[in-house]
Amino acid sequence: MTNNAIFRTCPDTGLRFHGPAETLIKLNAVAAVVFLLVGGIMGIGVGLTRWPEVHLLGPQDFYTTLTSHGINVLIFWIIFFEIAALYFVSSVVLGCRLATPKLGYLAFLLMVIGALVNNYAVWSLSSAVMMTSYAPMPAHWAFYLGLILFAVGALIGCFIFLGTLVIAKKEKTYEGSIPLVTFGGLTACIIAIFTIASGAIILVPTLLWQLGYVSNIDAGVYRLIWWAFGHSSQQINVATHVTVWYMVGALVFGAKPLSEKVSRFAFVLYIAVLQIASAHHLLVDPGVGTEWKIFNTSYAMYLAVMASMVHGLTVPGSMEAAQRARGYTNGLFEWLRKAPWGNPVFSSTMISIVGFGFLGGISGVMMGAEQLNLIVHNTLYVPGHFHATVVLGTTLAFMGITYWLVPVLFRRELILTSWCKWQPYIFGLGMTGVSVFMMGAGTLGLPRRHWDAAFTSSSFPYEFPSSAMALMSLNGLSVVLAAIGGGMFCLIIVGTLLFGKKVGQEEKFPRVMVATPPTEAQYVTLHRSGNAISGTLLLAGVFLIAFVVYYFINWKYLAETWGMS
Amino acid sequence: MTSLSPPDQKVWWKKPIDRAELIWIFIVVIWGIILTLMMPLWHIFGEQNLSTETYRTTPQRYMEKTQAFVDQYTVRTEGDRQFPVVAPPAGEDIYMVARLWDWWPILELKQGQSYRLHLNSIDWNHGFSLQPANLNIQVLPGYEHVLTITPNATGEYSVICNEYCGINHHNMVGKIYVVE
Repeated sequence: MTNNAIFRTCPDTGLRFHGPAETLIKLNAVAAVVFLLVGGIMGIGVGLTRWPEVHLLGPQDFYTTLTSHGINVLIFWIIFFEIAALYFVSSVVLGCRLATPKLGYLAFLLMVIGALVNNYAVWSLSSAVMMTSYAPMPAHWAFYLGLILFAVGALIGCFIFLGTLVIAKKEKTYEGSIPLVTFGGLTACIIAIFTIASGAIILVPTLLWQLGYVSNIDAGVYRLIWWAFGHSSQQINVATHVTVWYMVGALVFGAKPLSEKVSRFAFVLYIAVLQIASAHHLLVDPGVGTEWKIFNTSYAMYLAVMASMVHGLTVPGSMEAAQRARGYTNGLFEWLRKAPWGNPVFSSTMISIVGFGFLGGISGVMMGAEQLNLIVHNTLYVPGHFHATVVLGTTLAFMGITYWLVPVLFRRELILTSWCKWQPYIFGLGMTGVSVFMMGAGTLGLPRRHWDAAFTSSSFPYEFPSSAMALMSLNGLSVVLAAIGGGMFCLIIVGTLLFGKKVGQEEKFPRVMVATPPTEAQYVTLHRSGNAISGTLLLAGVFLIAFVVYYFINWKYLAETWGMS
Repeated sequence: MTSLSPPDQKVWWKKPIDRAELIWIFIVVIWGIILTLMMPLWHIFGEQNLSTETYRTTPQRYMEKTQAFVDQYTVRTEGDRQFPVVAPPAGEDIYMVARLWDWWPILELKQGQSYRLHLNSIDWNHGFSLQPANLNIQVLPGYEHVLTITPNATGEYSVICNEYCGINHHNMVGKIYVVE
């Protein structure tokens, strides 16, 4: 049907772009940035309201803004970008035509309509029910309908990705096994299908309940199934941003996986254990048993954590090996010092790896321990944690690859190049502050999703320690810094699309877009020397020590509170 | 070849793993086992373990039980809205209702004594967040959760709501007194 579709070969990367695939990647990526901008602006409103001295919004506006912030960035920005990424790692990386592009446009349309309907419900149909919309608190039926339409669109996108893999195999556009980044994309796609199915299982009855066809939604069952959707969707993010990490390693350093077997197995572990992801959200819920909690919150035996810790070693490890093979062999860290820290593609990725591991990973394991959850559940610690995983981890990784994708796809030079250098650091630092200060305030008990932790209009006001309030002021400052970084990103990208200097289809960019990989002989020499990744191993050791210390400190903290049995 | 191209060896799964990677995987597995064991071990040796005793209930039934409890042990009232302060004997079953937007009634407990605390919401999700002890428990409608608590220090504690429950969520604060 579309067999004689148009391909172009990129002069910089040598990649073959299928016309409709390229258009769909552009559409989804641009929509993603638009929702990032909208959700980001909402985030400023949330941060400035939590800043005790500013307390910007009134309660109704705050709760609406917070709902909108969560849905627009956590769902719409990230999933639009993931669909773009799935099309890229299938059609572009395998150099093959995209399956059923027409359905791709339909999927995109459904996602846009769903996102708009949901936003309309939040703002105009009084559905400020937070992203989780815990029944029996009701939202307008359009709220659930918007999410369902969006999810159907995303599901179609997943099947287009799978279809494209089938076409590539059939038309023999590659030999042997699919590349690691495509494998990572496949992982994300499988998780996405499970996620969307879980979402349908809970959101469709909830929609019918609001329409009057179902009499009752059980609060506990809602939470159990909703989190199979809500948390698994975070596993899509992890699988996708780890894929992006590997991809950046390949683009910037020409890195190859240290071991295909290890990296792929780690991806498979994400799939193997994701279906028990809802448990750690239910650790202090009534109605679920102890054994169930322990087995499921630990992903059987921390298998997903192990997978991330393995990627945490192999991604920087593969970069180190490539750098060392190329000759940066002095000491433990010459390879890292000589890395292109001024290139936002690389710096964003490095901040993403460190932020996701040190802040997001360690805090996530801590609060996912059955008993430790008692001291953090629903406090600001939770948003502190996921701003490290989803913003520092996923969003920053996506920003980094966008700096590479936009010139390649749109054939335009990035504008404001000195801003590009600084943007990842400003955003990364701001978001690190947001994470750390919210986690700090949460440790002191401050609640999440709460308009007024000073309790000025309550009958029995409670006064939090002043240090908790001070942390929220620091959080406010960090929000401003992160907003500047996020604003810079949106400006650079939108500005580049509109005003970036055009580079012809045959012309090359002045800078190198894809690094030449080290030769096999260089790798052989490196492996003979026996310390291919010694720097990364040391960093991993530092990480492990931080992890162990922090984990046990929290058990001590738990031991000091009221006894319970 | 890079991560963007197919593996250079067709039979890549037979390629041996580097020693550095194997060491890390070994460490990670050990750490995973420790993390897993901490939870059952805390059930044996720790003092803070959440009970799983839960009963189905309805708002009417739960309110009746709570009202009977309040009628029996109220010692005084407090605040503009005459909140009962209930001082039950040690070891007793004690009740707290979560509702839009109160924790009801106020409890007065003795330090070092244990009580069977019943928690239930009669409308939406709420979050029992005891401050400054910082214990946080999800409260659901339809589920009567019974847990044994042992206050370890005297003082005035607040129960704030940390599950979003609508426009007055931030005003939902209750109290527990712990006395000698």
